[in-house]
Amino acid sequence: MAVTSTPEAPVGDLVLSLRGIDKNFGAVQALTDIDLDIYSGEVVALVGDNGAGKSTLIKILAGVHPQDGGTISHDGKTVSINNPADSNNLGIATVYQDLALCDNLDVVANLFLGHELGRATINEVEMEKRSWGLLRQLSARIPSVRIPVASLSGGQRQTVAIARSLIGEPRIVILDEPTAALGVAQTAEVLNLIERLRERGLAVVLISHNMADVQAVADRIVVLRLGRNNGEFKVADVSYEDIIAAITGASDNAVTRRAQARVDSADATAAAATATDTELPKEERP
Amino acid sequence: MTTPTSTPPPAGADDTAPPTETVRLAAVAADLQDERLIQPHGIGGTVRAFGKRVRSGDIGSLPVVIGLIVIWVVFSLLNPNFLSSTNLVNLTLQCAAVGTISVGIVLVLLLGEIDLSVGSVSGLSAAILAVSFVNLGWPLPVSLLASLLAGMVIGLLYGFLYTRFGVPSFVITLAGLLGFLGLQLWVLGSTGSINIPFDSWIVQFAQQWFLPDWLSYVLVVLTALAYAAQLFVTANRRAAAGLSAVPATSIVVRSVFLLVVLGVPAWYLNQTRGVGAMFLLFLVLVVVMNFFLTRTKWGRSVYAVGGNVEAARRSGINVTGVYLSVFMLCSTFAALGGILAAGRLAAANQGSGGGDTNLNAIAAAVIGGASLFGGRGSAFSALLGILVIQSISSGLTLLNLDSSIRYMITGAVLLLAVIVDSLSRRTRVSHGRA
Repeated sequence: MAVTSTPEAPVGDLVLSLRGIDKNFGAVQALTDIDLDIYSGEVVALVGDNGAGKSTLIKILAGVHPQDGGTISHDGKTVSINNPADSNNLGIATVYQDLALCDNLDVVANLFLGHELGRATINEVEMEKRSWGLLRQLSARIPSVRIPVASLSGGQRQTVAIARSLIGEPRIVILDEPTAALGVAQTAEVLNLIERLRERGLAVVLISHNMADVQAVADRIVVLRLGRNNGEFKVADVSYEDIIAAITGASDNAVTRRAQARVDSADATAAAATATDTELPKEERP
Repeated sequence: MTTPTSTPPPAGADDTAPPTETVRLAAVAADLQDERLIQPHGIGGTVRAFGKRVRSGDIGSLPVVIGLIVIWVVFSLLNPNFLSSTNLVNLTLQCAAVGTISVGIVLVLLLGEIDLSVGSVSGLSAAILAVSFVNLGWPLPVSLLASLLAGMVIGLLYGFLYTRFGVPSFVITLAGLLGFLGLQLWVLGSTGSINIPFDSWIVQFAQQWFLPDWLSYVLVVLTALAYAAQLFVTANRRAAAGLSAVPATSIVVRSVFLLVVLGVPAWYLNQTRGVGAMFLLFLVLVVVMNFFLTRTKWGRSVYAVGGNVEAARRSGINVTGVYLSVFMLCSTFAALGGILAAGRLAAANQGSGGGDTNLNAIAAAVIGGASLFGGRGSAFSALLGILVIQSISSGLTLLNLDSSIRYMITGAVLLLAVIVDSLSRRTRVSHGRA
């Protein structure tokens, strides 16, 4: 059941377009005929249950493993992404869930890792200056860029990882579960950060299991289910229940049953309460 | 990208903040604006900040410096000759060969790897030098080059085996330890021991060449001036970029401190034979490696691979290249150490590179503060560590103690160093400074 509420024409340009992407691992067909469009200045959320193929799709974009079938076009031109370098060259920056930071290096070193400024020797001064500039743009609250990353909080580490993805001036930023390990305040910080990326005109692909986060920042939601497209929604005109239905594949699913069970038990309690209310006066009689 | 004067009110200073707040922030360097940052004020503040860093496990070279002082005090009380200029000159010469090997060990330790075969490789290199130079009559430079090249090829082989097959470096180099010991014996052939002519310059260099007094002082002053100049240039560039800079008084204090730390030992050594050319070579190697590790992209990638291989790979660092270059450098340093040892002994024999060479080199790096867990340490670890090891060795020899006792004490010191490493790592983790 592919529910599709046709989204209005998005604000930005079509940066990346995937058509009919297939991917299998041995006997397992991980992705079948996936379509995905990514526009600049838009946050698209990629949602789906565990094993729906979100990570596989992201890995194809990041160049971790190439697709088996289908085409990827970038600015209208068909491209192939065979390795992480190809992905970088297309302006795709991926922030993995495990962040991949070097704990023993300071913030500046991590931000510019692999892309250090300077010719023969590293230009630390320029790197530190740009680090502050970048972190200020993102309104990131990092006390010092000369402390090892190990001493930062979870949200600050996530900020560093996202800031690092911006060093190469990407056009598309892919965030894999950026709020999964974060507290309430840090989550809010990261969501603000995502909005700032959108304001800068970047295309953001957000993978998340947290529907509250998705509804808070995403413009468009693409649902995957068992390796297939299972609906595409404009956040403004879709309800939580519709998304859950698309993710689980049925309007009668564990989530709705659980919600129903709670409503039922609440009703039962209410009924019982009314029953006792009516009985109480009897006990008071003597 | 922005200088403080043109910076919009930074994070936290929202639009409603009074203008005085903005003015105050704009006057502060870009990296010191966060109010959570604890800033040391004056000399007392700097000392307190240092104490705080030590308590949180970021101890750096402190334990080894304290250890060295304790060792020297104890031995000079037991035998006044220990701190005599003659003995210290000998000490520096003994440091050079194994210390050079240790520089290579620091490099592999930074990657979180190990090379157990440096002793055998240094012995093989000594054997190649002696056989080709003495028996085959090759010109000395060619023999030296052949020895170094052998080391380089061995390192390349290790790097290839490690990156291609993923065999742990521990096992590869353990195989190398045996294999290259065998090759050393085979190269030496039936002779067993080959003397290198005393008048060849490699022996002269290792045994007889000392800097003239004036030259040693000139080098000390030049080093201190270069250090000051470098600090001064960095401070100016940081100030120009709107970042906090080291104040001029601090630069002067640090440079004078360096001048004293280098000048006093030079003066003391000059009371007898002076600063040996071989020891100077070792010092230069340490400083050069330190430069490459801290100032170049290659050095940064070595630390990154040691800290988190996967992060390094994803950020586009050529991880295979880093492993290959580091294993190659380590074996080449081992070969160079073997050459220096052969020069100092004026011979290569079946015992070259054997005995405690291997473990002394590894122990020196660890004692000097290179972490066995990778990603922490500096080229200076080799210098400090080998000074500790050779001080113990020299002190015990002066006390006429048997080599059995020497081994046991060196082993105990190594164990202590590893415990300090593990403890400081644990403290760093709990203080968020890992």
